[in-house]
Amino acid sequence: MIELRDITIRAGKFSLENVSLEIPSGHYAVLMGRTGRGKTTLLESICGLRKIAGGRILIHGIDVTNWSPSDREIGYVPQDLALFPTLSVREHLAFALRLRKQSGIQVKHRIDELAALLGISHLLDRGVTHLSGGESQRVALGRALSFRPAVLLLDEPLSALDEATRHEMHSLLRQVQKTSRVTMLHVTHNSAEAEALADRRFVLADGKIHQQAG
Amino acid sequence: MVQSLVTQQLATQQLAKMSSSDERIGDDQVKRLGQPRQRSDVPFFLAMGGLSSCFILLIVLMLAADVMFTSFADFRIALAKPEIQAAFKLTVMSCTVAAIASLLVAVPLGYLLSRYRFPGRWIVDTLVDIPIVLPPLVLGLSLLILFHLPIFGWELERWLRDDVGFGVTYQWPAVILAQFSVSCAFAVRTMRVTFDQIDPRAEDVARTLGCTRGQAFLIIAVPQAARGMVAAVTVAWARALGEFGPILVFAGATRMRTEVLSTTVFLELSVGELNSAVAVSLIMVMMAAIVLLVLRLLGAGPAT
Repeated sequence: MIELRDITIRAGKFSLENVSLEIPSGHYAVLMGRTGRGKTTLLESICGLRKIAGGRILIHGIDVTNWSPSDREIGYVPQDLALFPTLSVREHLAFALRLRKQSGIQVKHRIDELAALLGISHLLDRGVTHLSGGESQRVALGRALSFRPAVLLLDEPLSALDEATRHEMHSLLRQVQKTSRVTMLHVTHNSAEAEALADRRFVLADGKIHQQAG
Repeated sequence: MVQSLVTQQLATQQLAKMSSSDERIGDDQVKRLGQPRQRSDVPFFLAMGGLSSCFILLIVLMLAADVMFTSFADFRIALAKPEIQAAFKLTVMSCTVAAIASLLVAVPLGYLLSRYRFPGRWIVDTLVDIPIVLPPLVLGLSLLILFHLPIFGWELERWLRDDVGFGVTYQWPAVILAQFSVSCAFAVRTMRVTFDQIDPRAEDVARTLGCTRGQAFLIIAVPQAARGMVAAVTVAWARALGEFGPILVFAGATRMRTEVLSTTVFLELSVGELNSAVAVSLIMVMMAAIVLLVLRLLGAGPAT
């Protein structure tokens, strides 16, 4: 469960005041809103990369407001993906597991499992600099899912993809959610995407989050 | 009624005029399209190339003059001198130590300056540049004063020599320190620019995956900065090789002890040994070229 209680975020001239949001466990929530309304800022605050000026952030009932990003166990796929240029696809998937000191066999098993789920088994030994948009997206998704986070945050994950790849990714995201039961918060400005994916739809407008029916 | 008719007529006339002039423009465009380009790009390349080659030519001519001035015998004589052999060894060693020490400082300092906005950051940023803008002799003098300034009867150099047993001034450590204080400033600049060009988002994501800031720096940022580190070492090494003023003031020019090749050129010149001075200069040119080449090959390796 993701719960935001009256959080206030200030970044230069931009600010969000007293925003609240609740996403029940295992749900696929889509947050919509026009560009520049603070959707990315909100995600960064949830995963701990941006300090909030007020309010509380709870993950599964635990107050993580003052925790460092490394302790929050939140999977995050930023809009620019931010893949690691010096690591191979396999190393991306193993990254979080090695930090958690998992055994070689466990890591290998998880990599194979993820690669099969995401359809990137043939890319495992490649670097990430020459991957296509859809492939990069899958690697970023795999990296964020690798350590079985309770919560997955996706920032406009499909905006840079062509129509066909986007549809492919829709079904992949739904499948990921079904198999991992992860609570997802997916930010987009595309209403068709929200229609296709969401259990819950939220809109960020006028500095407030409204839940939409449907 | 009459008035509106007149205006209508006028408008029609105007339209007719415009359309006929449009046709003329169309004709002109077609005509111009058929002609070859009248203005060439040759003057651009001549001007740019001409100005650029002034500098290139100057360097090439200087080196050529050096080569023509010396003979192979001069090299043999110069290299046979034990003083010059000692200077060569000290130069290679001191430059290498100064360059590595510069990198060790430049990587963290460049990273901090690039990634964090902390109070007093602009002061640090300015201080780093001081060795670059300071006249070399002044830098040497400042080092000398730092080590010999009595503070309530306590003196850094005396303490180091008597209590630690490790004298600096007028000894080989002074050579390295003098080289380090300048070359480090250049290495910091290089590393700062390097980290500025690396997207910090990857380090952010690494932190969400479980990295501490330290791990994100070591596992994600440093490997991406490999080429910048090679460039920083190169710049630092080359700077250290060319260092002369501060070494002369702070380390002296004692033959066999604090003499590096740049001092050798000065010492040989001062006793009228022009041939030997030029031979040593050419040795330095070759050393610089070899270091540049080796490091460039290293840098161009896996990163491209």
